[in-house]
Amino acid sequence: MLKKLTLTCNEATTICDKSQYNEATFLEKMRLTVHFLYCKLCKRYTKQNLLLSSCYRNKSESIKRENYALTTEEKETLKQALHKQTYK
Amino acid sequence: MAKDLVQDTFFSGLKSARNFEGRSSEKTWLTAILKRKVIDHYRKINSKKGQAEVHVNFYNDGENEGNWLEERVPQRWSASLEKNLENEELKAQLDSCIDNLPEKYAMVFRMKTIQEFDTQEICKELEITAFNLWVIIHRARTQLRKCMEDHWFNI
Repeated sequence: MLKKLTLTCNEATTICDKSQYNEATFLEKMRLTVHFLYCKLCKRYTKQNLLLSSCYRNKSESIKRENYALTTEEKETLKQALHKQTYK
Repeated sequence: MAKDLVQDTFFSGLKSARNFEGRSSEKTWLTAILKRKVIDHYRKINSKKGQAEVHVNFYNDGENEGNWLEERVPQRWSASLEKNLENEELKAQLDSCIDNLPEKYAMVFRMKTIQEFDTQEICKELEITAFNLWVIIHRARTQLRKCMEDHWFNI
């Protein structure tokens, strides 16, 4: 019975990772909270995980902000390649 | 790689230009083709067997099964380093840690976290279950945490 309620650290951190994407269920979050009561390591993992999530978010946003475009020469090469492939 | 996919997209677009019905703009149409190409590229990586080493963070069996391995336990991080997250060096370190992951983990992690694909979409395209996806994300994130601890937060 107790085994069914308690989580291993491996399971707890999996739920923690899931909740970084807001995809952990209510029951999972409850079990995680209970796990924190006696596991300081997973609590620390969660704190660090939150921090890393904001790093990943920063990264994702900076990638989206950047304007990726080919250089003029690259565009010219691409044009020629397309021309060759189309009329071969 | 990205450039190859762009070239492929234009080529496919030209080839099937007569199927283009003009119901959307050319840009939307070509972007849809490009998205397909990106997903196909990921599927190709996915079908290769993972070669890189997978680090385990938890005991696999025995009475400690599922507990933290002693040498992989999260350490306390330096509080001053936790503050400055909008930092170019940190982003570079993050990149190098992601590149150190086994290819398949890096791919799923990037799709989910950086490109923000839906769980369902990733599962469908890579033909994995949601359970599998979370195992991969979990392994990727625990390994990334350790890598960032060793190279950034613990100095």
